[in-house]
Parts: sequence; structure tokens; C-alpha cells
Amino acid sequence: MDAQTLDYDFDEEGIGFGEPLTPEVDAPAGLSLGERGALTLVGLGALSLIVQWAGGPLAGTWVGFASSFGLMFVGGALTFWLASTGTSAGIRNDGTRFRSLFARGTAGWIAGILMTGFYVLLYWYPETLGHPTNGAEPTGLVRVVDPLARLMTNSPASQWFLYGVLYTGAIAVFGVRMLMKYRHNRYQQIRTLSVTFFQAVFAWFLPNLLLYFQKPYMEFNGVWPLKYDYLWPDKIGQLQEAGGLGIFLLFWAVVVALIATPVLTYLYGKRWYCSWVCGCGGLAETLGDPFRQLSSKSTGAWQLERVLIHAVLALVLLITAVVWSNHHFGYLGSWTEPLKQGYGFYIGAVFSGVVGVGFYPLLGNRVWCRFGCPQAAILGLIQRLFSRFRITTNGGQCISCGNCSTYCEMGIDVRAYAQRNENIVRSSCVGCGVCAAVCPRGVLRLENGPPGDRYENADKPLVALVQSLQSTEIHGYEPWKGCPSDSDPVRQSS
Amino acid sequence: MHVVILGNGVAGVSAALKLRELQPAWEITIVSGESKYHYSRPALMYIFMGHMRYQETKPFADSFWAQQRLELVRAWVTRIDTSEKKLELHGQAPLGYDQLLIATGSKSNKFGWPGQDLDGVQGLWSLQDLKLLYANAERARKAVIVGGGLIGIELAEMLHSRGIHVTFLVMESSYWNNILPDGESGMINREIRAHGIELRLETQLDHVVDDGTGRCRAVVTNHGDEIDCQIVGLTAGVSPNIAVLEGSDIEAGRGVLVDGNLRTSAPDVFAAGDCAEIRAKGDERNTIQQVWYTGKMQGEFAARGLAGKATGDYDSGIYFNSAKFLDLEYHTYGLVGRHIAGEENLYWEHPNGKHAVRIVYTDEGVIGLNTMGLRWRHEVCERWLRDRISVDEAVRRLEEPYFEPELYFRHEPFIRRAFSEALQQPTEGAL
Ligand SMILES: Cc1cc2nc3c(=O)[nH]c(=O)nc-3n(C[C@H](O)[C@H](O)[C@H](O)COP(=O)(O)OP(=O)(O)OC[C@H]3O[C@@H](n4cnc5c(N)ncnc54)[C@H](O)[C@@H]3O)c2cc1C
Ligand code: SF4
Ligand code: SF4
Repeated sequence: MDAQTLDYDFDEEGIGFGEPLTPEVDAPAGLSLGERGALTLVGLGALSLIVQWAGGPLAGTWVGFASSFGLMFVGGALTFWLASTGTSAGIRNDGTRFRSLFARGTAGWIAGILMTGFYVLLYWYPETLGHPTNGAEPTGLVRVVDPLARLMTNSPASQWFLYGVLYTGAIAVFGVRMLMKYRHNRYQQIRTLSVTFFQAVFAWFLPNLLLYFQKPYMEFNGVWPLKYDYLWPDKIGQLQEAGGLGIFLLFWAVVVALIATPVLTYLYGKRWYCSWVCGCGGLAETLGDPFRQLSSKSTGAWQLERVLIHAVLALVLLITAVVWSNHHFGYLGSWTEPLKQGYGFYIGAVFSGVVGVGFYPLLGNRVWCRFGCPQAAILGLIQRLFSRFRITTNGGQCISCGNCSTYCEMGIDVRAYAQRNENIVRSSCVGCGVCAAVCPRGVLRLENGPPGDRYENADKPLVALVQSLQSTEIHGYEPWKGCPSDSDPVRQSS
Repeated sequence: MHVVILGNGVAGVSAALKLRELQPAWEITIVSGESKYHYSRPALMYIFMGHMRYQETKPFADSFWAQQRLELVRAWVTRIDTSEKKLELHGQAPLGYDQLLIATGSKSNKFGWPGQDLDGVQGLWSLQDLKLLYANAERARKAVIVGGGLIGIELAEMLHSRGIHVTFLVMESSYWNNILPDGESGMINREIRAHGIELRLETQLDHVVDDGTGRCRAVVTNHGDEIDCQIVGLTAGVSPNIAVLEGSDIEAGRGVLVDGNLRTSAPDVFAAGDCAEIRAKGDERNTIQQVWYTGKMQGEFAARGLAGKATGDYDSGIYFNSAKFLDLEYHTYGLVGRHIAGEENLYWEHPNGKHAVRIVYTDEGVIGLNTMGLRWRHEVCERWLRDRISVDEAVRRLEEPYFEPELYFRHEPFIRRAFSEALQQPTEGAL
């Protein structure tokens, strides 16, 4: 043994490796002219927004809206566009683990606190954002989107209208980022276009159109029990009173929840909703994409996830049952109100909003989807038990590098399956396809096929599920054993 | 029974896990000097590039080893004493064994170039090497990589990603064309250059220039060109790491010599993975397999031997492998580029130069497949090769191995047309 090797006492666990301290490159490779221009637009937009927020002159006019949010959205999209042009298409995660914002560093914490803070204001102190109280005119930030609100809903802007603009804008702008980042990957591109479309049209334009015609509000891509009140008696009553359109909406809500959900999940897995249609998923897959590596891959997190998400599902089912039986028999009177409000507050606002989005920079982009969403729980059960969807692994090609697990936003240890040549059939998998995209050896493929060949005992899914519940751990490596085939004599004899 | 496994790479760990399964009651110890826990060596580059943290390159959680009752010892073994059945450890008390598995992996080749031991000159195999690269990269604006193999291109990509200018010296007339046919190799040349890495073909290292302080300042090529650099990456292949055999009576050739059961010449000592050299039956050459999947296979196979449950001779089946050259994915199955007597090739390349398929065949059927920038299914490729389907049938069944992500453009119609045309003109079909 040479002396240099024996001297080696580096503590790879404790100190780790971190970012290489390479010297700054001389050439001004930094920002191109176009990028600087685009960023200037964002800056001008932000400036204009602040001036208007503070009560400056343009607030409440179209010019004001265009010079603030308009410039920021356009500038943001352009920045992402230009940042990618001139670079070659492919997986570019260089430096992801070094950047403070994306590695839970100081910048990450600041972003987390700001985003959480925004949600707190939005839910509980909307007046600070300028939300009008008692029929007054909107002020501050809310006033900036007022012209758009009047055009779209024929009424003054509220904090929720502002939220809708920001939310849809964020999906669109960061959608451009996704389109550019994955310009070599059609699955990612089409999926991104899909979530952007469903947010812009189903969750934003059409619901606001309903408001314009003073019909009950409904997001067309929202499904009970994620939108927990869509099948509660109050909402249904409201819809029934709203005439023919109301009946159609009611029909839509029931069909999506009770028919489309199981059928589409059987055919394509949970992904048809979670990473193609859902609004929460849409934000997670666009604005949240840079934070996906922060999801915990620990067994503890997996156990917590299984308990929490099913507890929330049980809770919403219970509350739905209680409100309906009370609706018919009335034995609880108005006592169900605190129940409904409590769920709305703790689960609807705190969990899905404040924690779910506010914690993107701290716990990853799918906290709500993974630990809380009752719709995800239902879809997950169907996916696990009765679905054609699975992720197939490509024979013995896995080198256990860990890219797939690192970039799985749902915290699935994809590698644990891939290195054993096993399919990945997990209830939490939202089918985002990023594990397959980042795999440097082309090992993973999202597929639909006969449900029975997805895993051992898949023809008896309940039995298999119970068996698998007895352990959350997957052990060891599995070397490639050659392709299975009936005509293979070696295989038959072993 | 106490089994000691020397080396916690993929071969050692595969063996330990299989042995635990076969012999639940035995005592199993893994000794390794490089790291406390097993990590994925092919993932080294991603740590440096910031795709993953070191912790994420570990295929198993730290708690896993205790659960499996696998004892981990972090130490460098300095000598194997086969008569006393013990390992001498650097700075620690010796460790006795009843059976031993040697799985010490590979080390980077150095060919005695003048200046190869200067500071700033290094290979890339271990975590030590990676740490050294961190130190060397701190002062580097330019790097020269010597040797155009798989690790060389990864090292080039790593340094390039940090804004270091990389000059890549390749001895062959085209990147890796000792292994790859011209089509694929040419694609990679273009890929390397498109990324802004300077590729110099038919160029070898002559010597490394000292800056006067024992550190490299430049390299001089066989053409007499001097290239300034602060890092020299030596990636001209690897060879079995058998330093630990010094002073023991275990027979070694290029690697640790083993029989078809992966037994060494010493009683109760096995070897597996990159370090093992399997003696050939008859007049063929001995086998040394230096890839990840064979490490897994050999490790598992050796565990059967250790457990007293060996079955037949080790056989790694039909060869396969994969790599990624910057953004170009590459998969290979069977015999490609081996110039087998009577072989013919069908090669299709997309006009954009980013996707390619090669089918190698003889009169007896298909013997090899290559894909670039296109994913095919291992299982199907292997079945085609094992069943030796005819080339016509392969062209007919082109859709079968499709493993591209959903919604991707399908290239098969174009590939089929190209191949059918080529097959109709048999003499020109061979590219
Ligand atoms: C950068 C890089 C990329 C690669 N990419 C690929 C790829 O894409 N695909 C592929 O198939 N292969 C790849 N390889 C090769 C692959 O990593 C090896 O084939 C594989 O790791 C060999 O496994 P092993 O268990 O035989 O040896 P190793 O992984 O080398 O493990 C040997 C272990 O033995 C220990 N050891 C050695 N000597 C002593 C001693 N005296 N005392 C104590 N401990 C000792 C070391 O600590 C080391 O951990 C790559 C290699 C590198 C370096
Ligand atoms: S499946 Fe791909 S990304 Fe995941 S560990 Fe294996 S090689 Fe790496
Ligand atoms: S397993 Fe893959 S497809 Fe499923 S959620 Fe994780 S990264 Fe997305």
C-alpha cells in the first residue's frame, strides 16, 4: 500500500464534499445582453408594483397592471427562455446541491419564510394586501389587479383574485422554465403544457367566468375530496339553485370525482391528475420543480406519509358522512359548522397552503401532495391496487447512482427498486417522469400495461399489499439474471 | 464461521448481502479503507458537479448494515496472512477470518510518463481522488485529460461544468474507437466539441512539465505541443488493484487469479469484482471484468461459494453496458466492434446526429446491438441475441425493444426503411 493512501483520513460523512472552490472564470460568461434586458423588465415590474402598492399613481389602471405584473411575468418567462438558448439540451442539474436557495441554505430559509408569510397574510390578514372590507374599494396590492378583476368577474378584485393571478402567472412563467429545461423531453413538455392549460382555463378563466355571470364558483379541475366542499350539501344546494348551469356543474363534480377518477387512474395511474391536471400539482411541477430534491427519502418520512395522508382521507370521509347525515336527519343542528370550518382551516388552509407551498424551499415541492392530500390518497390506493401504471426498470443497467431517488419529489427511493430490477409501483408516485429523465443510464420507463404483471402477486393485489405493509424496507442488490423466457432451458431448470 | 470481505465496493457488498441471505447465522465483517459506508462509485462525478450530495450516492441507508448484522470496519489492510488466516490492518489490531473474499477493485493506470507524480496530476477512482480533485481544482483554470475512455470523458465533463477549460487528449483517431465503431465514435467527437471541450485526437502525453515547485504547469504532447494546465487527469484505463497481495502467497497475474468458482490459490480465499482475473479454460484469454453489473454478479456468485453452495462455473451471460457521453446515452449488447469473422453491420443515424442504432449480424443471426441517444429494452435485446434471430427478423421487429419515454417521436419507420434498403444491396449494406 502506498503512503498517500494510508494517510487518507478524510471524513466523508462529517465534512462531506460540498462545492468545489474553483476560481472565477475570467470570460464574462455571465449574463447575455438579452438576459440582462429580461431581468431589467422583471426589476422594472417589481419597482412599479412596489410604487403602486404604496399607493402610487398608476394603481388600479391597466397601465399599472401591465407595468407591474405584466412586465414581471413577461420578463420572467423571457429570462428562463434566454437562459437556456445557446446551451445544449439535456439534463442540467449542475450546482443544484450547492445553491443556497435549493439546498436549504440561508436563501432557502428566507424564501420559505417569505412564502409562508405571504400565505398567512392571504388567509388571515387579507386587508394587509389591500383586500376590500365592507364593500370598500380594494387598495394596495389587490388594487393592482383590479382592472383585470372587473373585466373577468365584473366585480372589484379580492385577495383571492390576486392569488389567482399570481398562481396562474407562476405556473405559466415557471412552465416556460420547464419547457426550456426539458426541451429534449417531450413527455415533460406536453405535461407542462397540460398543467398550464388546466390552470389557466379550468382553474382560472372558467371559474372567473362563473363569477361574472354570478354563478356558484367552481374549479373545473378540482375534485372532491381535494376540494372537500364540492360534494357537501351546501355546495350541492347552491348548485341546484343555480339552474341548468348549476345542474351541469353538479353533474361535472360528481362525474369527475366518482367516474373519471377511478377509470383514468386505472388506465394511466394517478399521474393523469397529479401531474397533468391538478392545480396544486401544476404549481408543484413548475414553481416547485427547482426544489424537488429536498423531499426526504428516509423510511421515517415514508411511514409518516402513510399515516398522515390516510388520516386526512379518513377525516374528510368522516366529515362528509357526518354533514350528509346531519343534512338529512338534523340531529347535530349547526354543530357540524365548526367541524367543517376546522377542516377548512387546518387542512385546507394551513396544511395545503401555508405548509404545502410555503415550505417548498424547506421540504420540497410536494409536501401537501405527499403527506396530506386526500385525493392523492384515493388515487394512490387505486394506483397501487388496480391500475395499469408502473415504472419499468431496464434489465441490469442500473448503476445505483441515485439520481432518480434524489430528484423524486415524492421521496420515493426509486433506486432501491431499480437496482433490484423491480418495477416501481408505489401509491405516492405522481408519474412526473423526472426520475426517468435524470437517469443517466436510461433505466426507467413510465408505462401502462396489464395490471397483473406489475409485481409479484399483482393478481391478488390486496394480499400483496398486506404482505408489503409488513416491511417498508427493501433489501439488497439483485444482479441481472438474464431475460426470463419460457423457451429458456436454463431458466426453467433453476 | 467468520467471513471477512475485503472491500466495500459493489462486489464486496453484493457478496455480503447474498451471504447474509444464505447463512443467516454467520458472522460477516466488511473491511474497507476508502469510506465507512458503501457508495456508488459511478456517481462520483455527480458529487463534484452538484447533482447529488455524497450521502445520496449511498444505495443503502446507514442503518441498513446493522439491521443486516454486517459488521463494518474502516481500515486499510496492509497484508493478508493466509497461513495464520488473518489480515494486518494499518494502525489497528489484526483481524482473523475463517474465509476471506478479496474485492479490492481497480486502480488508475499510470504508464511511467515523466512527471506523472507531480502535484496536480491524478486519476479518478476513489473518494481520495475526488478529494484531491477538489484541492487541485481550486487553482485550476485549465485542465488536460489524458486517455479517452469512459472515466476520461466523465472527468472532462466534471471540470468543464465548473468553468475549467478542458483539453482532452485521445490516442486513437477518434474517441474510444478501439471499442466503438466509427459512426458512434464520430457522434461522440462532435458531442465533446459541441460542449466546448477541446478534443485532440491521435495525441498522446509525452511528459508533464514541472513549474519548479513540484506541481504541474503544462503537458507536452507527442507532437511536441505544450499545453498549459493546472490539472492533469490520467484516465488511460484501470487495472486490478492487487497491492494488498504483496507479501502473501496468493497467486496473481494482472489480477487476483481465480478459478471458475472464484476461488484463489489460497484455501478459503475467494476474489470477486474488478480485482479478479478468472483463469480461462483451454486456450482463451483470462477474463477480467471491470464493470458495475459484473461486480454485482461476481459478488453474488462468490457468496454462494463462501456459503458452500456453489453451483457450476461463473458465467456472466450476454455482455451489456451503458454510459453517457455528456448528453448522449449509449447502450450496448453482445458483440459490437469485435470484428468477428463474417460480421456485417447495419447502422442508422438520425440526420441531427443525436440518435443511432447499430445491428451487428452474421449468417447465423444477430450478435450485437448498439444504441445512441435512444433507449432500448435490455430484456428484448438479450433475447434477440440469445435466440440469434435473423437480421431480417430484427428489422421486422424493430418496435419490440422500444424503451423511450412515452410521447417521444418514434424513429422505427425511418430506421426500418434505412435498414431494409441497405439489406437489399448486401454489399453496400455493410457500413
Ligand atoms: C468515475 C467512475 C465511473 C464509473 N462508471 C461506471 C459505469 O457507468 N458503469 C459501470 O459498469 N462501471 C462504472 N465504473 C466502474 C465501476 O465503478 C467498477 O467496476 C466497480 O465499482 C467495481 O467494484 P468492486 O467492488 O470490484 O471494486 P471497488 O468499487 O473499487 O471497491 C473496492 C474497495 O476495496 C477497498 N480496498 C481496496 N484495497 C484495500 C485495502 N488494502 N484495504 C482496505 N480496503 C481496500 C476500497 O476501499 C474500495 O472501496 C466507474 C468507475 C469510476 C471510477
Ligand atoms: S435507475 Fe438510473 S438514476 Fe436510478 S440509480 Fe439506477 S442508474 Fe441511477
Ligand atoms: S417515482 Fe419517478 S415518476 Fe414517480 S413521483 Fe418519483 S420521480 Fe416522479
